[in-house]
Amino acid sequence: MPISNPSVTIDPTLQTEVSRFLASYAECIDTDRLEDWPEYFTDDCLYMLQSRENFDRGLPVSAIRCDSKGMLVDRIVSLRNANIFAEHFYRHVLSIPLIHSVDDDNIVVHTNYVVFQTLLDGASRTYSVGRYIDTLTRVAGELKFKEKIAVFDTNQIATLLVTPI
Amino acid sequence: MQTIPTVDTDKFNLAQTLEDWPQAGEGFAVPYSLFTEQDAYTAEQERIFRGDTWSFVALEQEIPEVGDFKSTFIGETPVIVMRDEEGGVNVVVNRCAHRGAKVCRSLRGNVPNLECVYHSWAYNLKGDLIGVPFRRGLKGNGGMPKDFDMKQHSLQSLRVEILNGLVFASFSSSVADLETYLGPMASAAIRRVFNRPIKILGDERQRIYGNWKLYAENTRDPYHASLLHLFHTTFGLYRSTQTGVSKMDDKRCHAMLTAKAGSSSAADDAEAYADQRAFNSEFTLKDPSLLKGRLEFEDEVTLVILALFPNLIVQQIANTLAVRQIVTYGPKEFELVWTSFGYVDDDAEMQDIRIKQNNLIGPAGLISMEDGEAVELVQDGIQSDQNNVSYIGMGGGRSEDADHLVTEGTIIGFWEFYQNIMSGERKV
Ligand code: FES
Ligand SMILES: [Fe+2]
Repeated sequence: MPISNPSVTIDPTLQTEVSRFLASYAECIDTDRLEDWPEYFTDDCLYMLQSRENFDRGLPVSAIRCDSKGMLVDRIVSLRNANIFAEHFYRHVLSIPLIHSVDDDNIVVHTNYVVFQTLLDGASRTYSVGRYIDTLTRVAGELKFKEKIAVFDTNQIATLLVTPI
Repeated sequence: MQTIPTVDTDKFNLAQTLEDWPQAGEGFAVPYSLFTEQDAYTAEQERIFRGDTWSFVALEQEIPEVGDFKSTFIGETPVIVMRDEEGGVNVVVNRCAHRGAKVCRSLRGNVPNLECVYHSWAYNLKGDLIGVPFRRGLKGNGGMPKDFDMKQHSLQSLRVEILNGLVFASFSSSVADLETYLGPMASAAIRRVFNRPIKILGDERQRIYGNWKLYAENTRDPYHASLLHLFHTTFGLYRSTQTGVSKMDDKRCHAMLTAKAGSSSAADDAEAYADQRAFNSEFTLKDPSLLKGRLEFEDEVTLVILALFPNLIVQQIANTLAVRQIVTYGPKEFELVWTSFGYVDDDAEMQDIRIKQNNLIGPAGLISMEDGEAVELVQDGIQSDQNNVSYIGMGGGRSEDADHLVTEGTIIGFWEFYQNIMSGERKV
């Protein structure tokens, strides 16, 4: 049952639950609790961080493309143990999540995001601007990302990208 | 670090810097100022990017149909690559012959002809001027001068040559043909990867806040690969103890690094990396499907980094195939445009392998992200003390090929070529 008209009533409890889930996801990353980050996903999830340039052309190449929770864990293990990068902080700012459809299994929700990055020199820059196209589902009653596609407008990744968005 | 003795004024002088190139004993030295000075950058645009070289501009597959165009850059000069009615590929400077406006404002698209939005001058797909509004005036008023000749006002067109689908362009009328310029080594390496029709899988754009030549060094530097990129050592994808070769064309401006996977033993690795941070081949992936691949070339080579002077890297890392184009934005900034591709005849599984392995490369690549960081670390480190120089000596400190990867010889080759082309002693 797709709801494209935002004036259509969404159960406020669901709206609050989805909003809190997304806020919690962002806080998890921003507070560097990256080992918990995979827990926001189902085991057979798809996490894609892709440029709008490729998304709009329907091309598959993504900055990050993980099709299992295991791959998310591996990303974080690599970040902690293998990759070399400048120490930095992220600050996600999210728009109100717009629930597009709800059915027995899935909740499709779109949310705009801005990620500011602050390096040790203290300067903050707009690191990535884009939108999340998320499909949520419930596992043992808890919301999880079955699919999270982050499409970024900011089409010049500054230096490198190691921390997920 | 050593000090150049000859510079006694604070003012940077390119000619003097090139002429009094510092010596570094057995090794090789590069003046820091060449990474920071605007004068050096400006001269590079003229003598290198708009000089006697061939620059990569597109893959033919990006513009398959008549009217397809792509806008890109050679150094910092905006150019348009487009396919005309006869199927030919043309490259023109993206600058209106009238008053200099940028003619093409999109990244890519399809058009019957080009039209400048400012005063609607129109150009065909070869860049010839075909329309000037009010050319003969309006109701007896205005109009272009009587002797106005449309033929004299086309878009500036460049020489174009294509090798197995790679489109190169040159501002020079005197540079040798493309294949002579590339030489047998680079030409063969291009034919090896571009051996059949390719299919483009997407682009990635990385902005690096450093001088473009630091990336030219980085891609000619097998020494750093297993030391900076720890994902390699951790998972045994590529190590310095593996068999590899590092070689150059006879002008020594292009360089190629190749290696084969699995050709070093665990004992060799343990010895080589005994005191190396984070070396631990016990490290396992939760989802090893990331490393699933196929040996797809008969020569069993699994890693090729072909660095072409001045602006292209052709890459095969496992089953990831990509070209990386360098676009310059001043002495302290450049963009790296990664275009990944497979082959038209890839089966579904092969395409999935390439897409998954793409996690290894690009600006977020598990084994390639650090290069952007390394470039910036150097750029930040050399801001002061412009009279100082870097030291390059691994492998003996001479611009020689090596049948191993513990060398910086090809970086020296790059710099010797740079000295020649920048000081006007053309060798191409
Ligand atoms: S500047 Fe292009 S038509 Fe005038
Ligand atoms: Fe590297």
